[in-house]
Amino acid sequence: MAQDDTMTELDKKIVRALQEDFPLVAEPYQVLADQVGISKELLLERVKDLEQRKVIRKMGAVLCHREVGFSANVLVAWVCPSARLDEVAAKMAQSPSVSHCYDRNTAPDWPYNLYTMVHGHSRQECEAIVARLGKMCGIDEHVMLYSKKEWKKTSMKYFMEK
Amino acid sequence: MTELTSFDKSLLNLLQGNLPVCSHPFARLAEELGSDEDTVLSRLRELKRNGYLRRIGTFFNSGRLGYKGTLVALRVDPERLQDVAEAVNGYPGATHNYEREGRYNLWFTLLTPCAEMEKRILAEVEALPGVEDILNLKANKKYKINVQFNLH
Repeated sequence: MAQDDTMTELDKKIVRALQEDFPLVAEPYQVLADQVGISKELLLERVKDLEQRKVIRKMGAVLCHREVGFSANVLVAWVCPSARLDEVAAKMAQSPSVSHCYDRNTAPDWPYNLYTMVHGHSRQECEAIVARLGKMCGIDEHVMLYSKKEWKKTSMKYFMEK
Repeated sequence: MTELTSFDKSLLNLLQGNLPVCSHPFARLAEELGSDEDTVLSRLRELKRNGYLRRIGTFFNSGRLGYKGTLVALRVDPERLQDVAEAVNGYPGATHNYEREGRYNLWFTLLTPCAEMEKRILAEVEALPGVEDILNLKANKKYKINVQFNLH
């Protein structure tokens, strides 16, 4: 890991404050700075630095997809020739219907190496999107892993281990 | 549930992309929407109350924080599924846990600060009564992580 990835104790304190719900007030960074025990100016400077170092990947909101009409989603596991992974993944990632796209290890009886999370307004729409993605990328073999029950969905809390 | 107005949709589209890092971020958003800080804040509080916002704030790149992530697939005896799902839920690093259709019926993501902890947790999960098979599907490369819905 590169030298500039080192997280100082102050960085960790800032991460612990930022990973909680963002205060919906006029000066949210003042509230957060008070929690951390530093000035607002220093906090803003550190947050910009964390953004620049890509420790923060996004500041903003994630919506409840069901509430905004995207009620269907499916995890699709594809078999992609390893030499084509970068090219195929880049194409799939361009689709606004794809929220996550990862290349993962396979297992002896599990040949799937490319994973996409696909969102649609219905199961039918998901099927159509997946068929289109496969055709566009010229890959065919896949499984659609629809969820039957959500047992847990949380945001990670970092630096909380004892 | 109240319907989203066109102002709400513009606000949410903008907010999903980028919340400015500055002293008055909501005033900055308001400027872009031709509105004012108070209106933006009161709409956001309302939208949050009504369950439209899963989370607002900071999203971290887990790898840059020194955490390792993996996707774990389990084949569990259906009779034991609830017990196993609940045991998995007990690990703070297991952030998403879904029962799915197919050969492997329980899938969870696991984030840990070190390889030893991951190994220990996976061994514990594998030993749970009812777990018949386990796949540890480590990510080699993350091409995209961006949960963003365009509302119109």
